[in-house]
Amino acid sequence: MSAAPNTRIDVARALRDAAWTALLAFGLFLPLIGFLTVQNLNNTLILETRFGLLATFVAITALGRLAYELVIAPMRARAALRPAPAKPSRLRLLMAMLGRGFTPFGIGFIVVYPVIVLTINGTGGAVKWIDNFGIQIMIYVMLGWGLNIVVGLAGLLDLGYVAFYAVGAYSYALLAKNFGLTFWMLLPLSGILAAFWGILLGFPVLRLRGDYLAIVTLAFGEIIRLVLINWVPVTNGYAGISGVPRPTFFGIPFNASDEGFAAVFGLEFTPLYRTIFLYYVILALALVTAFVTLRLRRLPVGRAWEALREDEIACRALGINTTNTKLTAFAMGAMFAGFAGSFFAARQGFISPESFTFLESATIVAIVVLGGMGSMVGVAVAAIVVIGGTEIMRDLDFLKQIFGDTFDPTQYRMLFFGLGMVLIMVWRPRGFVETRQPSVALKERMAISADLVKEGRG
Amino acid sequence: MEVFVQQLINGITLGSIYGLIAIGYTMVYGIIGMVNFAHGDVFMVSVFIALVALMILTSWLGVAPIALALLIVLIVSMVFTSIVNWTIERVAYRPLRGSFRLAPLISAIGMSIFLSNFVQVAQGPRNKSIPPMLNDVIVLMSGNGYDVTVSYKQIAIWLTTAVLLTVFALLVARTSLGRAQRACEQDQKMAALLGVDVDRTISITFVIAAALAAVAGTMYLMYYGVVSFYDGFVPGIKAFTAAVLGGIGSLPGAVLGGLLIGLIETMWSAYFSIDYKDVAAFCVLVITLIFLPQGLLGRPDVEKV
Repeated sequence: MSAAPNTRIDVARALRDAAWTALLAFGLFLPLIGFLTVQNLNNTLILETRFGLLATFVAITALGRLAYELVIAPMRARAALRPAPAKPSRLRLLMAMLGRGFTPFGIGFIVVYPVIVLTINGTGGAVKWIDNFGIQIMIYVMLGWGLNIVVGLAGLLDLGYVAFYAVGAYSYALLAKNFGLTFWMLLPLSGILAAFWGILLGFPVLRLRGDYLAIVTLAFGEIIRLVLINWVPVTNGYAGISGVPRPTFFGIPFNASDEGFAAVFGLEFTPLYRTIFLYYVILALALVTAFVTLRLRRLPVGRAWEALREDEIACRALGINTTNTKLTAFAMGAMFAGFAGSFFAARQGFISPESFTFLESATIVAIVVLGGMGSMVGVAVAAIVVIGGTEIMRDLDFLKQIFGDTFDPTQYRMLFFGLGMVLIMVWRPRGFVETRQPSVALKERMAISADLVKEGRG
Repeated sequence: MEVFVQQLINGITLGSIYGLIAIGYTMVYGIIGMVNFAHGDVFMVSVFIALVALMILTSWLGVAPIALALLIVLIVSMVFTSIVNWTIERVAYRPLRGSFRLAPLISAIGMSIFLSNFVQVAQGPRNKSIPPMLNDVIVLMSGNGYDVTVSYKQIAIWLTTAVLLTVFALLVARTSLGRAQRACEQDQKMAALLGVDVDRTISITFVIAAALAAVAGTMYLMYYGVVSFYDGFVPGIKAFTAAVLGGIGSLPGAVLGGLLIGLIETMWSAYFSIDYKDVAAFCVLVITLIFLPQGLLGRPDVEKV
């Protein structure tokens, strides 16, 4: 290792590294790419070889390494040698200006989003864009903001958040089906029930910290899912609950009948009205979540959450009741998950335990962490990237024209989701929004680097 | 009584497999303080590697003595799984060392999702089953028309687990590598100052963890004869439960925890309800962490300011 970074390109070393990488890739991919186990017609397992594919994988990996050594690494070394500019570049300033106007602009865009989609795509194509992208992303934005209270503010890593989402969804589905209660009555009730479960599950784990807390909440999430699967008389097990009543427009149902929404307002019937209505409901719910969180941060309880995240022992020394503080964080987070869950059940009309797997919890945690833990805008951006990205991968049909008809892009959705999680963590471990607004400032409000903030010490 | 003894035998077998996976969790947690969430999926990958190796040996090369074939499969699977886990550590965890605490955990969750989906795409989503092997059983006792049996493969699992555990326990207790590992566990900076190559030690820890997971994977394939891409998650969580129950960071604790979890699971299935056996295992995890956070054989965690 020389003291100054070497900007000269060392071809021999690059080639040697590429050869080692190729060997490693060969070892990695030989068993599972080189060979394929398939069932033949007699239902016995036979082995097929795919050495061509294996060679492609190895070649791509080695060439990637070679390109890195010969092109990217020298470029980086040169950039590191260049002195830092004294003034922030124009691009930086522009980004900062955009950043300041981002929140009002973003909210404005989200409010008029259905109108934009309608004018571009017409009534036919708009349902997909509002439903798959708009509503789906907004649900995760709301869940992300709800979990942000627990993880981002109170610093308690909860890997079983989806349990409360499930409680909300099943509360709505069961109560609406069996007792005929309406969406607007059940929405607050599901939130309260989920909050109750939040306290119930929060109580035993109060003494745990960090990773242990994460694993116990994960276990709770799995326990609730397994109970939903196995308690067949109530939940109908794997088959789930279908025919969940859909929400109405203050008593007016969205159907083609004479009392339906379209007939009452003298419009032609399309399923689009319900979609747009649902979009605005979830938008309102998400904004309420954001508003409540922002207000709570200024209340004693919000201050206590953030103090708890920074240092639990100091909190106790200062006389903060850590038990109540943690329980309120769990309850508030769970309540918003309950709202989102009952909305989810009402939107789908069908729920089953399949919707509440650990993968969902992991997705929501990933959104919060990618968003920078504690930053509301960051969480929203992360939800758009993560959920929008995986939704887009559902319809990449043009890839079929490149790779042939047998190529199914949906298969690769979760593969790239997992890979993306790893890569984003390696690239930006602090998430998209790395700076923090302290809730209390002595002289002037300023953003600080998240490196100065501890979290997840629970 | 007969049912009880039979479940005891089955439970110890299952527990040996959990124990082997649990060691991977406990070693990695001990040295870098991270729950390696992808470890369950590394185990699943090792089962697939063992499956491919077994099929090459038996149906292509025609290695007739099944014991010899299994021994080769075991070694092949250990080697290739080690390569996989070494690469994972290098790519997904090492760049995050010294970063804030949640980053490696999220990275590990991402890696876990990636591995299971990679196997799904590469090998197909269907269950892979092979014909059962080593089916002969020894009848230990019989009564009330019920034979208590122990099969050769169960004995093979017990023996392999015992031998490999002894080897690796000696490795950690007696060799300089083990000393380096224990030093890194206590204080990485100090160990580095004293000339321990911390990065290399951590890499070797991941390699050992993967090798033991591969042993568990080969045993799993031999015992159940069926595997799918989804089989990493639940055994992974249960093995983690075992590691926590035994006291995370303690090797004998991991094995003890594994045996207990295996026994609890089989006994619960036999006497209560097979549907809720996973719930029972998870409840054990919750109860242990709440009432005995340091585990059965772990050192109590001192709270420092």
